[in-house]
Amino acid sequence: MDDHDLELRNLTYRLFVELGRAPTADEVAGAAGLARADVSQAWRRLHDTHALVLELEPDGTGILMAQPFSAVPTPYRVEAAGRLWYANCAWDAFGICAALHADGRIQSACPDCGEPLAVDVQAEQPSDHTLVFHCLVPAAHWWDDVVFT
Amino acid sequence: MNFFRSEEHVEHWLGGREPGATIAVTTLCELAHAWYHDRLAPDWRPHTREQNQAILDRLGLTGDFWRLG
Repeated sequence: MDDHDLELRNLTYRLFVELGRAPTADEVAGAAGLARADVSQAWRRLHDTHALVLELEPDGTGILMAQPFSAVPTPYRVEAAGRLWYANCAWDAFGICAALHADGRIQSACPDCGEPLAVDVQAEQPSDHTLVFHCLVPAAHWWDDVVFT
Repeated sequence: MNFFRSEEHVEHWLGGREPGATIAVTTLCELAHAWYHDRLAPDWRPHTREQNQAILDRLGLTGDFWRLG
């Protein structure tokens, strides 16, 4: 990842937090003073190095994930820093509080029984210590299919 | 990568599939903060594989399952 792509990555993340959603390539291009195609090409390189995840369609050019944030609704909702966010998984739900350096409230549901689950995060600690986290995919294969992971 | 009410719910959900790894939510919270605390820093740079492996190791997440690719 060269400095140019790193700057675009950092700008993309900054805009994600400012907007409360994934920025479009046009919005990043406008903020950076670049052409849309330059941003799209940089995003593709960042996708290839796992710095973000683009939409899965063959011609998908929008952001799907800027980990820990999800650009689309998911079962993991996080209230933090005055906004509602979506996380890609349980790990990323805590990751949103970590990235924002904020307390928060995570809401989801047990995948087994469907019962709603809610956890507050205060001073980097979860309010409910009884829940468990299951990771199905070994670490060496997390990026084989990151959406499944 | 999901939350569950308990280990019993994990087992029921797996339904005989090969299990992965189950950890306490307190460990997950600590892991997430170590992994993501700098993600929005203006001078962010990607963690190296070694840095991320060290985070896992420090939390006792060791063995083949937690060995990064």
